[in-house]
Amino acid sequence: MGFMERFVSKLGSHWGVHPDDRKRPAADAPVRRMPMPARLYVPLLQHIGTAARPTVLVGQQVLKGQPVAEPQGMVSAAIHAPTSGTVVAIGEIAAPHPSGLPLAAVTIEADGEDRWADLVGASDPFAIDPLEIGKRVARAGVVGMGGAAFPSAVKLTGSLRAKIATLIVNGGECEPYLSCDDRLMRDRAAEVVDGIRIALHATGARVALVGIEDNKPEAIAAMSRAAEAYGEIKVKPVPARYPMGSEKQLILTLTGREVPATGRPSDVGVLVHNVGTLVAVREAIRFGRPLVSRLITLNGGAMRAPGNIEVPIGALVEEVVAFANGFKEAPARLLMGGPMMGMQLPDLRVPVVKGTSGILALGAAEVAEREPAPCIRCGSCVRACPVGLLPLEMAHRIASADFSGAVGLGLKDCIACGCCAYVCPARIPLVQYFNHARGELAARERAKLRAEAARKLAAARAERIEREAREKAEAAARRKAERDAARKAAAPATTTEEATA
Amino acid sequence: MIAAILSLTLLGAALGLLLGIAGRYLAVEGNPLNAEVEALLPGTNCGQCGFPGCAGAAAAIIDNLAPATCCPPGGKAVAAAIAERIGLALDLSGVADQGPQIATVSEEICIGCCRCLKVCPTDAIVGAAKQIHNVLREACTGCAACIERCPTEAMSMRPVPVTLQHWVWPKPAFA
Repeated sequence: MGFMERFVSKLGSHWGVHPDDRKRPAADAPVRRMPMPARLYVPLLQHIGTAARPTVLVGQQVLKGQPVAEPQGMVSAAIHAPTSGTVVAIGEIAAPHPSGLPLAAVTIEADGEDRWADLVGASDPFAIDPLEIGKRVARAGVVGMGGAAFPSAVKLTGSLRAKIATLIVNGGECEPYLSCDDRLMRDRAAEVVDGIRIALHATGARVALVGIEDNKPEAIAAMSRAAEAYGEIKVKPVPARYPMGSEKQLILTLTGREVPATGRPSDVGVLVHNVGTLVAVREAIRFGRPLVSRLITLNGGAMRAPGNIEVPIGALVEEVVAFANGFKEAPARLLMGGPMMGMQLPDLRVPVVKGTSGILALGAAEVAEREPAPCIRCGSCVRACPVGLLPLEMAHRIASADFSGAVGLGLKDCIACGCCAYVCPARIPLVQYFNHARGELAARERAKLRAEAARKLAAARAERIEREAREKAEAAARRKAERDAARKAAAPATTTEEATA
Repeated sequence: MIAAILSLTLLGAALGLLLGIAGRYLAVEGNPLNAEVEALLPGTNCGQCGFPGCAGAAAAIIDNLAPATCCPPGGKAVAAAIAERIGLALDLSGVADQGPQIATVSEEICIGCCRCLKVCPTDAIVGAAKQIHNVLREACTGCAACIERCPTEAMSMRPVPVTLQHWVWPKPAFA
């Protein structure tokens, strides 16, 4: 470690917050499996990138694991039928998003047989070409299951090209309340390790570091035991601190290297995958099974039976909650994901998607709604910010619509982790300011591109009109010349006729 | 005394001559800002601002005859860019950007007269004589030039529906 790194690591060691994790008792309850609901609403956009294009027709019979939509463009993911049945509609459903806007989805009516399509697995994944593994992962529609839902195949093949040295396995799960990754590592450690070995093979990385927060001793023990036989896989307990599960923070903690502001983890020779994603990769390679179900955490003071449940993708949150015996009190707030970065749900009739890590129903005692007060410039947010920004200054600029000023202060480096808003004694909704500013900036960028395109079209039209006028004039001139020539040709003829006459 | 008067007179005359020559040879045609501001505007010459084309609007904005927010198709983005270029303090929060709009054809009423597609500055309307016309959503700038032209009122402006990709978190009410 060089002098600068040591200096930075000393300086930056105070980042993050220590919220009460509230993972137990949900984390200790055994995993339950949800029975197949009668109808599944499978959205076509469950990942970062372009929405998938449906490849089935209404009325068509589908088998479990059969593709219902194909990826479009470079960054996209395939979508598969979570059960066998009939496609009854290709329409819209409310998105699991605070806006509650509609999202295109394929609705499948289950036939109750839950029959798998013909799947092609591989008994020896290490004999397959690494590029082929990427292709199979893409075909299985695997996306990052830690929450961001970035298509995994793009990451795998990208790091093969970037020649990364280290695979970091994210078992941090730093969000309070959530325990699905914890449960996965405890119950299926051997599968996680197998997934890690496949990912190592697919990326050409030599070492895998498994970062697990030290508030999950059972998971650390299970993973250490499973990884014992493989020297290239090292389980590394990391201090429990939010946002340890954030990609850049985990890389910094485990390797001491900092990902550049505009860069990617591959710039420091690292690739990060969530444990759930690696299990999905294993399923895809070993058994050819696409990502059609996932483990989610149901938790919160208003939930009657908190715990982890295996849920098919496309099941309505309403039905998942009903399976878990419903609420014991009216929830004060409903969230999809963790309490720090999760999405507030407009209602319960939204589907579970690939990136859903949990459903939280917080009781009135857990939600401290307070009117925001003016900023007292205490600087708590500056200390808490894991990327070293000045949240109070950024929010101040955004409040007066000075977006370029906020960008100058590093708005684009903000990871929206919510630490600043969590520690703010004045309860200023800092993250909302940043999200608002990012949306506005993106909208302006789109408008600019649109204006440029319009200018090009207008120029093309002007050119066309000019060309048409020119062609018309030329045609007229040609016709006139022809007429003149004909007249000239006729004129001597008449004169000779006259002469003969 | 005489020497001082003489030298200053000479100096004045020489510099005056120099300025006069420079003024003639280095003269600038019009305001160079006009071209720059015009480049920021959409360039479709739709005329919604009430000035003759985008060049006219640019001149009016620079001469302070029109606000920087006078371009409806450009919206907030163009207004902010212009304000930044000409060093104008602009409060955009008060600007009611009614959101992007595009033209749509009511297919039951369209008689296929081809009048609208002749005025469209971006060739965004597709159609032929006695065929129902249609608007290419990607190319329409929402300038509304076609609305007045339609003899059957089949053209109308509709807001572009907000999608998940275009949704923007509202600004916190407390500032």
